[in-house]
Amino acid sequence: MHEGPTFKRDLLATLPSLRAFAVSLSGRHDKADDLVQDTMMKAWAKQDSFQMGTNIKAWLFTILRNEFYSQMRKRGREVQDTDGAFTERLSVHPSQYGVLDMADFRKALDTLPPDQREAIVLIGASGFSYEEAAEICNCAVGTMKSRVSRARTRLQESLGIAGEADYGPDAVSAQVTTQSAS
Amino acid sequence: MKDKAKMNDMSVPRQRRTEDGLGSNSDIGAKLRAFYGAVEDQPIPDKFLDLLEKLDQAERAGRQKDQ
Repeated sequence: MHEGPTFKRDLLATLPSLRAFAVSLSGRHDKADDLVQDTMMKAWAKQDSFQMGTNIKAWLFTILRNEFYSQMRKRGREVQDTDGAFTERLSVHPSQYGVLDMADFRKALDTLPPDQREAIVLIGASGFSYEEAAEICNCAVGTMKSRVSRARTRLQESLGIAGEADYGPDAVSAQVTTQSAS
Repeated sequence: MKDKAKMNDMSVPRQRRTEDGLGSNSDIGAKLRAFYGAVEDQPIPDKFLDLLEKLDQAERAGRQKDQ
């Protein structure tokens, strides 16, 4: 395998995003890291089957996703610790939205069915196209689109926020006006 | 040709975001990226780097043995 160094470098470069996807799927950091490690070993063993020049990120995401679902099937359904491990860790990394807000979002994301959750993460955060995401999840592009759409609607409902259409400049200035009035 | 175009746009921010309601004006999209980005921004754990080194070394050792 003379492509070794490139493969290693590309794998390394994909790790942060792969880890974020693993956290999105499993809901916990410790499990997510186990999942990433298993994925790294699988990917390394299978590197001969990877075609250089094709999308290594999508390839790795596919391996991780398959690994996640096969482990889930083996272990049976486990209760996810939504409020514990992850939220605790999250408070160390406050975003511009604030810790509480982020924890609420995380909870809302966890209430989505797994197929909708992975769909909205792959499209909305990982940066894949619908075609790539559909390939990763082994479903039709149309199915992927409808999952993303349903996920977005459910998140908007559970977080009580409006869709994109309401967030134009007018909506922002209206918000500012309301805030300064109170 | 079509496939190639699809592949190349991988890291390029796409305009189509508005159509799925996850664009820059979307609260859900922004929260999603904030959550994802918070994990991405964490340093890569040493155990991952160690594992990668071990895999690499094992492969090299295996290759030398073959020769």
